[in-house]
Amino acid sequence: MTNSPSNPRNFSSPNDDDLTRKDSLFKDNLAQRHRRGIVWKVIFQISTVIGIIALSTLLIKILNDTMGYAAIEYKKDPSTISSSGLPLDEMTCSELRVILAENVTKNRLRTIEREKPMVERSQSECLDLVISEVAEPTVKKTWPLFASLFNYEEIQSIAAEEYPGGDLIFKVWLSRAFILSPQSDDPLKAGIRTAILGSIYIIIIVIIFAFPIGVAAAVYLEEYASQSRINQIIQTNINNLAGVPSIIYGMLGLALFVRYLEPLTSGAIFGSADPTTANGRTILSAGLTLALLILPVVIINGQESIRAVPNSLRQASYGMGATKWQTVWSHVLPNALPGILTGTILAVSRAFGETAPLVVVGAATFITFDPEGIFSKFTSVPIQIYQWTARPQDAFRNIAAAAIIVLLVLLLLLNAAAVFLRNRYSRRW
Amino acid sequence: MYEAKNTQPPAGSLIDTPPEIDISHRSRLHEQIIQGFLIFSGVLSIFVTFGIVLFLGREALLFFTDPQVSLLEFFTGTVWQPQIFRFGILPLLTSTVMTSLIAMCVAIPVGLCVAIYLSEYASPRIRGIIKPSLEILAGIPTVVLGFFALTFMTPLLRSILGNETVQIYNMFSAGVVMGILILPLISSMTEDALHAVPNSLREGAFGLGATKLEVSTQIVVPAAISGIAAAIILGISRAIGEAMIVAIAAGAGPNFTFNPLEAAETMTGHIVRISGGDISYDSLDYNSLFAIALVLFLFTFLLNVISQRIIRRYREVYE
Repeated sequence: MTNSPSNPRNFSSPNDDDLTRKDSLFKDNLAQRHRRGIVWKVIFQISTVIGIIALSTLLIKILNDTMGYAAIEYKKDPSTISSSGLPLDEMTCSELRVILAENVTKNRLRTIEREKPMVERSQSECLDLVISEVAEPTVKKTWPLFASLFNYEEIQSIAAEEYPGGDLIFKVWLSRAFILSPQSDDPLKAGIRTAILGSIYIIIIVIIFAFPIGVAAAVYLEEYASQSRINQIIQTNINNLAGVPSIIYGMLGLALFVRYLEPLTSGAIFGSADPTTANGRTILSAGLTLALLILPVVIINGQESIRAVPNSLRQASYGMGATKWQTVWSHVLPNALPGILTGTILAVSRAFGETAPLVVVGAATFITFDPEGIFSKFTSVPIQIYQWTARPQDAFRNIAAAAIIVLLVLLLLLNAAAVFLRNRYSRRW
Repeated sequence: MYEAKNTQPPAGSLIDTPPEIDISHRSRLHEQIIQGFLIFSGVLSIFVTFGIVLFLGREALLFFTDPQVSLLEFFTGTVWQPQIFRFGILPLLTSTVMTSLIAMCVAIPVGLCVAIYLSEYASPRIRGIIKPSLEILAGIPTVVLGFFALTFMTPLLRSILGNETVQIYNMFSAGVVMGILILPLISSMTEDALHAVPNSLREGAFGLGATKLEVSTQIVVPAAISGIAAAIILGISRAIGEAMIVAIAAGAGPNFTFNPLEAAETMTGHIVRISGGDISYDSLDYNSLFAIALVLFLFTFLLNVISQRIIRRYREVYE
């Protein structure tokens, strides 16, 4: 039984020791290899989780800043405003109107009347007006949402200690009023309407210029261009342009549209020069700059969609005697359109979030009026975020976060439209 | 003789010869106009490149020909102070390199690991969740990431390392957040490259007894190395050209330092800050921005060309 056949090693070879050693080496090694495999698998998984954590931290951080407690100090204490001793929130609108008339200048009163006549305002609107016009609150310090929810006592004691005359209110920075009001120096009144309108104007210009030219270039490169040297250069050039930093496009826009083509972009040659503009730093310049920026992306996406249209369609069309353009217009483009639109929307959403080129082209730092046309000064949502972020006060961080939410929601809508188009109309050949 | 006879209509035939239509020479004016527009659109991209070179070059030339500027000082000087006419690009360049380096230290390892995980390990369901999330991260505007760097990453860093060592504006947090920005770019390009490696290679390696890790790192990654290299180079180019994160979080004011916890302005950050303020045209200050932009453009252009070359030349083509 010592030479058991169940142990084949004993029969196999004379140098038995050597083989056993090799075998055990192999087995050790195998375990080690598997261990290493598991360790690295965990590392790969952790890396992926890091990416997801980064995204969620970003979103949570921003949401965290959009609401929370704010310590507010008043120039004039609201409880001392009313002469009758009645608390402000129990007064009727007409009583509040009297207080307002006593405390603000005639000019200011007229401006307020022009915005919306006092008689038409509701009690709460009147109250807000009196608070903001007469008591003149300023935000001293703000706390983010999580701290506000879980550390209320601490916040209360800090606020009571540092700002004894002030109020502690729960402020939702992202509100209807924030979206609808124009820009202001006071974070309590500041809104993002001018910036949203500016962004929309700019995006319309971008679409008007980038879409037709981009699609035309894609059609040319895919359907018309021969394999000549010049066309290869164009193709390489487009690929390179797609990688040029956006700030370089801003410099091009500054030199070309703002300065070189100033008569055109300021509207001077159309005789409609806006006296407040006085140079080429207009919506038109900004739109054209961003159009150049996304043009390569639109072209490359367009090419891919056109390439995906099967050749049999073209051949069938030619077989029916159609000309090249008839084939392209009636068969290739309709079938490539969903892809082209999806690519364009994604490119436009990139333009929507661009900041650096617009800063370089010369976004206005402070405008409170809505843009009147393409020759107006401009600002956009990302520009506003940049300017508010750059301010040191707490409250501006909060409205920057609120503006970021607005921006992200707008981008999400654009992207959802792209996904919808892709799913609804895309065909597989 | 025979052919000629055949083409003749038979005498006394009732069928008239149809009128000659020469399709090839029929000109359709509107199609020619349309084709002209298409060609113009195609060629426009060349004009854009020329425009960039021309306008950047012209203003930069004005800058370099100014008696107060010397080319040597521009490339070797360590002080950038336009107020006293000191134009040495090195402080701007070093901080650009520093932030990009930090960004790549974050983005390359994590990006590669994510790509390998998604391409080789993850089930289709997990891939379907993670890939779109990373695409969302890639689509977030850079100004938002700048806000994140300044209001989250910097306070976090300061609470760990102390307020004295970490300045409010510092290159490190800008670099890390820039890495987060570039991470999806690298991971998605790398994943595409890994995905293009044919399964027969993997199966061959598995058949020889390789573990999953060995297949991934010794077979699939080397086979896709050209795509990975291109992704990394493109990521570097993106990091160098990125403006808003560094403009917000890395600091205002050029600073010649290699300490990542200090504030230092990058090339892009400088352009954003100066052009965002009141700047008078045709001043030396204004022209100097174009000189910086030209340097930036040449850098990124070179990197993009290299990246494309690598893709084209070293791509392994599988049947």
